[in-house]
Amino acid sequence: MAGSQVTPTRMELTRLKRKLVTATKGHRLLKDKRDELMRQFLDLVREDMELRKKVEKGIEDANRNFVLAKAGMSEETLRAALMAPKQEVYLNQDKKNVMSVDIPVFDYTTRTADKNDIYSYGFAFTSGDLDGAVKSLSDVLPDMLKLAEIEKSCQLMAAEIEKTRRRVNALEHVIIPETQEGIRYISMKLDENERSTQVRLMKVKDMMLEEAHKYSEKQNS
Amino acid sequence: MYKIAVMGDYDSIYGFASLGLAIFPFEDKDLEEAARTVHRLASGGYGIIYMTEHLAEGLQKEIAKYQSQLVPTIILIPGVKGNTGRGIAQVKKSVEQAVGSDILFGNDEN
Repeated sequence: MAGSQVTPTRMELTRLKRKLVTATKGHRLLKDKRDELMRQFLDLVREDMELRKKVEKGIEDANRNFVLAKAGMSEETLRAALMAPKQEVYLNQDKKNVMSVDIPVFDYTTRTADKNDIYSYGFAFTSGDLDGAVKSLSDVLPDMLKLAEIEKSCQLMAAEIEKTRRRVNALEHVIIPETQEGIRYISMKLDENERSTQVRLMKVKDMMLEEAHKYSEKQNS
Repeated sequence: MYKIAVMGDYDSIYGFASLGLAIFPFEDKDLEEAARTVHRLASGGYGIIYMTEHLAEGLQKEIAKYQSQLVPTIILIPGVKGNTGRGIAQVKKSVEQAVGSDILFGNDEN
């Protein structure tokens, strides 16, 4: 145990007492942080799950539409149709600080404002199914970006919660008890020293009085 | 200003090209090449990488590496071959990491 290694001095006692105060304060703060993080995380993760299910369904539907579209025309035509996209998506990433965790906030802009620029092909050689498929995919895109934001936040917060939980536990079960043990050890040792000094002084006093007055000889005579 | 990438087998992702996302098609066996691409994209100005669940299965190490960083965000999406449930498993995993055990979705079927 670390308790046996502390030197029983008054200075060490003051140091340990100060350490205990800091540790207790830190423990309380970290515990609050953990609770608040957990509350926000649970809200966020529920939203994440809902959104993910929605997005997965959306993408699956879009994929089905693409398969249908592909069936209606040749592979080469399809590849050629989607070869040179007109539209481009730019992502602006900002960050937000939630309980000392940086979480991303996404915002996106498209190169052109025209919604119809997702159709990067002439309509003469492609089937109408392709238009529907591309449209269905573009409808999912805002949700996909939102999902990216929320899911990343969840991952980052989960990591932070784990870290905080470990810290709280370490303080609660290791640092604080060890410090208390140290303080107890030192104060007992100091008390013991004081008592032994007291006893020694009394003994010395007795001996000096004996020397001066010779009580025991008088008693015997 | 970041860009958005989509990785996976060609059939699953070619539609995203028309929306203006950058697509990086890979066959399932080109894992090494895909891993290199993930690193290249991560340091090359891509903010979000969407990855099909099938491809992600072989790239666990790369995904785990970027999970704790703010940029890039790697998000799993289902491919044409169907939903493997890996994306949802990922969400459950983060709940488990935070709480200690999955108390929210443990009873769900999928």
